[in-house]
Amino acid sequence: MHGRIRPWDCSLPRRPFLFKKGLCTPSEPGDTRPLVHWGKYTRYSRLPVKPGRRKTLDRKFVLEMNHIGKDFFGNQVLKDVSIKVKPGEIVALIGENGAGKSTIMNILFGMPAIHQTGGFTGEVIIDGEKVDIKSPMEAMKHGIGMVHQEFMLIDGYDVAENVKLNRENLKKTPLGMVFGKRLNLVDQLSMHKDARTTLDSLGIDLGERTRVGSLPVGYKQFVEIARELDKENTRLIVLDEPTAVLTETEAETFLSCVRSVAEKGIAFIFISHKLDEIKNYTHHVFVLRDGEMVGDYHTRELTTIRMSELMVGRKVEILNRQTDGEAPEHREICLELEHFGVSMPGEVARDVSFQVKKGEIFGIGGLAGHGKISIANGIMGLYPCRGQVKIHGKAMDVTKTSDTLNEGVAFVSEDRRGAGLMLDESIELNIAIGALKTKNRFVTRRLGIPFYDKKEAIAYAKKMIQELDIRCTGHSQPVRSLSGGNQQKVCIARALTLEPDILFVSEPTRGIDIGAKKMILDSLMKLNREKGVTVIITSSELAELRSVCNRIAIVTEGKIAGILSSTDEDYKYGMLMSGVKPPEAPEAGSPQKAGAAEAGERQNAAAAPVPETEGRANS
Amino acid sequence: MNRVKQAIDYLGVSRLVVIGFLLVLMVSVFPLGINPGMIYSDCLVRIGMNGFLVLAMMISIVCGAGLNFGLPIGILCGLLGGSIAVQFNWTGLAGFWGACLVSVPFAMGAGWLYALLLNNVKGSEMTVGNYMAFSVVSLMSIAWLVLPYSNPKIVWPITGVGLRTTMTLEENYDKVLDNFLKIDFRAMGIFQDNPYWKDFSLATGLLLVFALGCVLMWLFMKTKAGIIMRCSGVNPGFSRTLGVNNNQVRTVGIIASTVIAAIGINIYSQSYGFYQFYSAPLMMAFPAMAAILIGGATPRKAGVFHVVLGVILFQSLLTLATPVANAVINAGSISEVVRIIVQNGIILYALTKIRANGGK
Repeated sequence: MHGRIRPWDCSLPRRPFLFKKGLCTPSEPGDTRPLVHWGKYTRYSRLPVKPGRRKTLDRKFVLEMNHIGKDFFGNQVLKDVSIKVKPGEIVALIGENGAGKSTIMNILFGMPAIHQTGGFTGEVIIDGEKVDIKSPMEAMKHGIGMVHQEFMLIDGYDVAENVKLNRENLKKTPLGMVFGKRLNLVDQLSMHKDARTTLDSLGIDLGERTRVGSLPVGYKQFVEIARELDKENTRLIVLDEPTAVLTETEAETFLSCVRSVAEKGIAFIFISHKLDEIKNYTHHVFVLRDGEMVGDYHTRELTTIRMSELMVGRKVEILNRQTDGEAPEHREICLELEHFGVSMPGEVARDVSFQVKKGEIFGIGGLAGHGKISIANGIMGLYPCRGQVKIHGKAMDVTKTSDTLNEGVAFVSEDRRGAGLMLDESIELNIAIGALKTKNRFVTRRLGIPFYDKKEAIAYAKKMIQELDIRCTGHSQPVRSLSGGNQQKVCIARALTLEPDILFVSEPTRGIDIGAKKMILDSLMKLNREKGVTVIITSSELAELRSVCNRIAIVTEGKIAGILSSTDEDYKYGMLMSGVKPPEAPEAGSPQKAGAAEAGERQNAAAAPVPETEGRANS
Repeated sequence: MNRVKQAIDYLGVSRLVVIGFLLVLMVSVFPLGINPGMIYSDCLVRIGMNGFLVLAMMISIVCGAGLNFGLPIGILCGLLGGSIAVQFNWTGLAGFWGACLVSVPFAMGAGWLYALLLNNVKGSEMTVGNYMAFSVVSLMSIAWLVLPYSNPKIVWPITGVGLRTTMTLEENYDKVLDNFLKIDFRAMGIFQDNPYWKDFSLATGLLLVFALGCVLMWLFMKTKAGIIMRCSGVNPGFSRTLGVNNNQVRTVGIIASTVIAAIGINIYSQSYGFYQFYSAPLMMAFPAMAAILIGGATPRKAGVFHVVLGVILFQSLLTLATPVANAVINAGSISEVVRIIVQNGIILYALTKIRANGGK
């Protein structure tokens, strides 16, 4: 079907087909078509352009998503988002965690999660036709493919088998005629031939008979992309953070391959956090922030700095943060981490060092999976860790959780329903148990035996229910039946009962509606202001951190990329998150900024950023 | 009405069905011509006999080790204590409590070792416990043969070495608890003209001991240690953030479970009238498990209420079902077959529940 390719089938301008060795130079700098060496000749690799694909070139857009809106039970996650993709274009979709990137991709793929929660508004147009995609299978029929972040490959099969998975070339057999095509034979030969053609068109040197399990990570990505290309009608491929697991060279090879495929008319939607990749390899950028489209630019119009500014933005105005009194820098240090590492699965912290001053609200931010969550968990001794932790200047053995708690440290876990609450127990017990264990509060002694004083606990719980406005039917309601926000308030009430000096709060507002969010942040700030508690908030929502924190440490790849003041410019946050050092150090204007800069520099020295990335960002 | 609804919610449909079935059995005794006084007394005795073993099951669940399939380990310690008591011809109430007391140190040691094992196999306590119990029962079968027992009443008659498979307590403390403050209508000569109730008796002492055990356990659950043990059992991840040493809590719980099982088997045996050795303890854990599960406990959560309700339901059901089934279907050992199906069916049902909850 697709044997030899004639130049007029191809979208590219006509070029000489064969070159003598050494004579071949790509005619344009952008031309990255792979070259095949053939004896003493060199040629551009074969480009199997399948019939039907050409048609798409005439149309304006291969995909249009117009005015998409989506709410999950009244919680608006996407508002009037429009994305247009031209054939052969690489379009980047960027945004922070939770900006709505995955929701919009789920809509495109017709994931059941979307339809089960009431569908979406707006229209999806593929190739000029309005479509209603109800399942990923339908999306596939419309020619939309996906390359997943974690590989969907079978290790024991060879490359060709993986490429042809579930679309194997079949040979008819008598059994198959009687019992249906499931009993037909797999035509290994033609399968491998097809796979070879597809791999050649990618221009990569990869044997189609190699077992996928034995391939290096970088090559697995190619197999995934070859699978999508091998489908007859693929016109659009979504790449979900394809380079997250690749080394820099691997990523470069991969991206130039993507570009060469794009030049054949296949469009790509490229989701990534690595801004320099986006700058270098994409044509168009869509920026999402909090479910809204905030940027629709040609990539050449944007710098990485501008991109991070757009991504982070600032919408929530700074809450009335305490500014009067002694500046926190002059106070004593109450928590100090030196080369602290935690091996928490999926959130590994490698080398974290910072200092927190007494009475400060300190934020820990960064992208998901980079290790910010593990810091608090490590200090509470929940995961194995190394390095040194000093609390009030005293070196602690953090594996002994009860010692840490006795030192006046309290912790609100990000895993509310797992490690944060006893779901089937009452509100009163959930609030009281921390202080019962650590402070011997709510204890009455009868005959010398310490009994749990339920009466006192109930009285206290009632007070907390009122103070924190926990919506419930009563103190004996099991916490399982509370809403997320109210569950979080119960967690915070427990931490407050411990009367801590240092309070770790992880993801305090995850999965919580706006009203409860404000309530929780307010109560944390009140605690800080009135009782002088040092609060350390870990959160994926940068805007939220910036609204309450004095200083914010950004964790990237398990290290502190830098510590910024909440008044620093947006782009600096974006740069730190994408693993790039900000171009200039924050000015030493106010004493607070100076402290932050100093701390930031110290951390940067420890974190040792990759110089190459840095240079590119600066240019 | 609201109260009734609350009670029904609390009990759950499955328990109501069981209670309904039990009531049917209790009533059906009358038309079938079975002596109700006698059979009701039997029910009460069996409840008292098995109560402590079910309590042992409860503390193991509370501390987070799940159902204690290793209950036979505690039972063997109890048997060891009991056989020592008989060896030295201890008699009466003092003899009985002496037997319990001797069992305790053995049970503590064995419980500690068993806890060490279970703390290393978290997540599969039940499978490991089951096979551990099987192995220990076999090991002790050898021990019964080689330990230097010499009382001619309890060793094999011809060789004079090794314990017999069953050891009667007739001359020691047979039914000492049952007979303590016993209310026996026949002996007291009351209701003798009533054909239904003339054979009724109440093993007061036995039930009092069980009640005392329940009250102590209930009080323990109200202490700080009890609350923290419950927390550790319900959500070990959570209790770690509170600085609870889960392993230590589990060790305490498993030791307690083993000790209570050791005392439980002595209570069981004094009422039964015999100590049974060798392979007898092998299956002893299952009725206790079935009882606590039928009472509404799950492998993660249990309370004294579940113990009391469970042991009443399960043991009455078994005691009543046997004569009723025999009266209805006159076919030899059908009742025994039914008992085995019911008992193991309940355990199976409960074990499937664990998966369902674990995968939530």
